[in-house]
Amino acid sequence: MNQFGFSINKDKSIDMDKTSQKLTQYLTTEEPSFNICMSCGTCSATCSAGNFTDFSLRRINLLVLRGQLDEVRDEVNKCMLCGKCTLLCPRGVNTRGVIVAIKQYFDKL
Amino acid sequence: MKKVLIIGGGVAGMEAAGQLAVLGYSVVLVERKDVLGGHVRKWDRLFPNKRPSEEVVNHLLQKVQHPNVEIRLKRTVTDLRRNPNGSFLAILSDQSPVSADVVLFATGYHLFDAYRKEEYGYGIYNNVITSADLERMFKNGEVKTAEGKIPQRVGIVHCVGSRDTKCGNLYCSRVCCVTGVKQAIELKELIPNVEVFNFYMDLRMFGRGFEQLYLEAQQKHRVRFVRGRLSEASETQDHGIFLKVDDTLVGRPMKMTVDMLVLMVGFEPRKTTFPLLESLGIEKNEDGFIKIRDCHFDENRTNVDGIYVAGTCTSAKSISETINDACSAALQIHRNLSAKVKDKRK
Repeated sequence: MNQFGFSINKDKSIDMDKTSQKLTQYLTTEEPSFNICMSCGTCSATCSAGNFTDFSLRRINLLVLRGQLDEVRDEVNKCMLCGKCTLLCPRGVNTRGVIVAIKQYFDKL
Repeated sequence: MKKVLIIGGGVAGMEAAGQLAVLGYSVVLVERKDVLGGHVRKWDRLFPNKRPSEEVVNHLLQKVQHPNVEIRLKRTVTDLRRNPNGSFLAILSDQSPVSADVVLFATGYHLFDAYRKEEYGYGIYNNVITSADLERMFKNGEVKTAEGKIPQRVGIVHCVGSRDTKCGNLYCSRVCCVTGVKQAIELKELIPNVEVFNFYMDLRMFGRGFEQLYLEAQQKHRVRFVRGRLSEASETQDHGIFLKVDDTLVGRPMKMTVDMLVLMVGFEPRKTTFPLLESLGIEKNEDGFIKIRDCHFDENRTNVDGIYVAGTCTSAKSISETINDACSAALQIHRNLSAKVKDKRK
């Protein structure tokens, strides 16, 4: 049978009533400086990995808060742990510590 | 003794009255309500140090307790005209005349009427309240939904009625940002485990201690800040409030249900003063606030000689700024009135 070219797009909005806050809670215990990020983007601006891939720690931080854990899991492995972001963060977030803690969380699953 | 008429017994009027009394002027302070203090009486605790608002009111009340200050409560100025010699004659709502060498407008502001932002549902859904309503709840010591439940998730919307041409208000009301942060912290302190989301366009933490308050909200209380302005709010079956917002930093739309939605209402000019302003030919800005002579050097004079301004009748201001502005107006009046005395001696 002929398939017509119609389909229904998946809702791309984030539903905060359904998302998981587990990783947010884990980071709040393991690396509490995670909470004081103000999304300025200094980390992602200096990031070597970010220059060649779409890796962005600023975005990862938000995706954790929004419970988009599948995206976070894929993204976080692109970091090379060089630590340039930690040197620059104006808020004093231990950004490399955040990445390490995220990796630990997924390793433990 | 030279005489000053001050219209408005809020923070600006009281501070200016106290200063001018000490400088040796006879002051008549006219207030439309039955108490002095203005809007501040409605607030519970103040940014940036969570000081109870009563402390500010009492501090100012002490200042106006001066033999040179005559307080006229429950009265408004219905007519104000200039005498041939340059002084003013005011008629109050009780028909009593007040003569004065100069007049200081400290007529303040009007809180934005949240009904006008219909898509946020104020006045339609019971669990949509304003920042002023929340202050009332804080004063009563408990925050509950219309159904009497303790809210577990609260949304706070910044810039309601400000920076919004659809409301006709292009300006920033300045104090709502830090009020939103302050109220988020207070909610967290009052209700253990409550989730608080602040929806903002920019966080303008310009004042002393504001940035620290923002950091405290994130670090200690885990308040969540979402950059994006609500498009609309609607009610769920169990009287929750369903929000639609663009999470602009993630780049995706977001939706969520909260138990209570708080709208940070901003400043609007006090329209009831317009007839008086127009009768004297006092110019207003496009936004309706009274126009000052110069934005750097002459913030307390209007285009009309002898008519001075202090506080939020010229633009949105915090309490600290209002007090400073009132001091500056008092000094300006003092300088001009004492110069007049010298001229006569010549």
